[in-house]
Amino acid sequence: MHIVDGALSNPVVIGGAMMAVAGIGMGLRRLDLERIPAAGVLSASFFVASLIHVPIGPSSVHLILNGLAGLVLGWAAFPALFVGLLLQAVFFGFGGLTVLGINTLNIALPAVLAWLLVGPMIPRGSPLAGAIWGGLGGALAIAGTTAMVALSLALSGDEFLPAARLVFVAHVPIMIIEGLLTGFAVLLARKVKPDLFTLSRGIPA
Amino acid sequence: MAHALTPAEKRLAEPGRLPDHGLIGLLDPRLRIVAACLFAVVTVALASLPALALALLTSVALLRLSRLPLGRTLKRMAMMDGFIFFMLALLPFTVPGDAIVTLWGLSASWQGLAQAVEIGLTANAVILALMVLVGTLEPVALGHALHALRCPERLVHLLMFTIRYIEVLREEYLRLRAAMKVRGFRPGTNWHSYRSFGYLVGMMLVRAIERSERILQAMKCRGFSGRILLLQDYRLSPRDHAFAALLALTCAGLLWGDLAWR
Repeated sequence: MHIVDGALSNPVVIGGAMMAVAGIGMGLRRLDLERIPAAGVLSASFFVASLIHVPIGPSSVHLILNGLAGLVLGWAAFPALFVGLLLQAVFFGFGGLTVLGINTLNIALPAVLAWLLVGPMIPRGSPLAGAIWGGLGGALAIAGTTAMVALSLALSGDEFLPAARLVFVAHVPIMIIEGLLTGFAVLLARKVKPDLFTLSRGIPA
Repeated sequence: MAHALTPAEKRLAEPGRLPDHGLIGLLDPRLRIVAACLFAVVTVALASLPALALALLTSVALLRLSRLPLGRTLKRMAMMDGFIFFMLALLPFTVPGDAIVTLWGLSASWQGLAQAVEIGLTANAVILALMVLVGTLEPVALGHALHALRCPERLVHLLMFTIRYIEVLREEYLRLRAAMKVRGFRPGTNWHSYRSFGYLVGMMLVRAIERSERILQAMKCRGFSGRILLLQDYRLSPRDHAFAALLALTCAGLLWGDLAWR
């Protein structure tokens, strides 16, 4: 899902960076001293979770779990996922520097949208109902991210259209897997620690 | 990405020992961040292949100065190339232009090939410079330098927390995986595997949030007030000025060359 430096046109890179800054600002406004440790440790867990490789047929995919990050962190998913991408670029050489903004936007915006859409349903009803909504949110977030990656490529030039289409089709199985995993993760958290999902709303903006 | 975090090269959250990074290691951390950003913007602005090749050469020169292991660093860079190879390989076929070869009715164009090479060179030059200039920083120093560069304090806190706990949580993850393994869990493409992985992630989150509650209490107990205490007073040395001037000259040269070659 990473886009590298030099692949996108300048308007896309600059527009993406500006929107990412706005999103990070929204997230930081909601992070006070009380919530920074929780956000930091969760941000680190999502970083570690992205190292998990899940088998699919003869191959395996690594997780992104941005939907789950959105459901748990709300707007704070923006700065948390930005930090993850920054560390990946600086210490592991994944992604790029000038495209950090657009990459953050592509991953974090669908996460926040999933939270706005299905977030209110997660703590309600039975754990199973919450898990089904959570799974839907997880799948939607990946679908959104893939669509946004494809869109950023398509906006940069027509020659990327086949690649963009391919990216979307290749990610359909990943949407299903991420949805399933997010659902099960929500199911467990609802049973063991229900207030995990109230963290993202506790504080007035 | 798990391979990037093998115990042999734990670069995150390893306190104490400062590895020797040669000349790069002696530069001001703030300068290294600004230099990486400047170099990235200049490189992305370049459009001609010779100029981009020179930019990549500059990155390699920086790598030599930093005393990072040559093979391993380049291998990391190549891992990213494996990632984007597919997208780049499609480009010759989708950009219209003069044909090189025709495969199954699709013709590859020189223009498309040039564009693919251009993107590959840009991406590698930027990421290599970033890994050399900023990746060699002690993670905590990265946080302090970003703070000194007027990054929002809360963002720096979040970054430092994340850096601090990645290693801790990775060990916890490995412990949980080991527990699953001794109970006979073998991942496959089936419902049971996906459910187990989902529970694993859920359990990691539950443990993370409980850990963060303990951290907050410990911080409050020690009177943490949300301020970042600077351990170090950053000051630019003559060496920093010289490096900055040299890099600025290189960037100007690249831009000038780009205009001339275009």
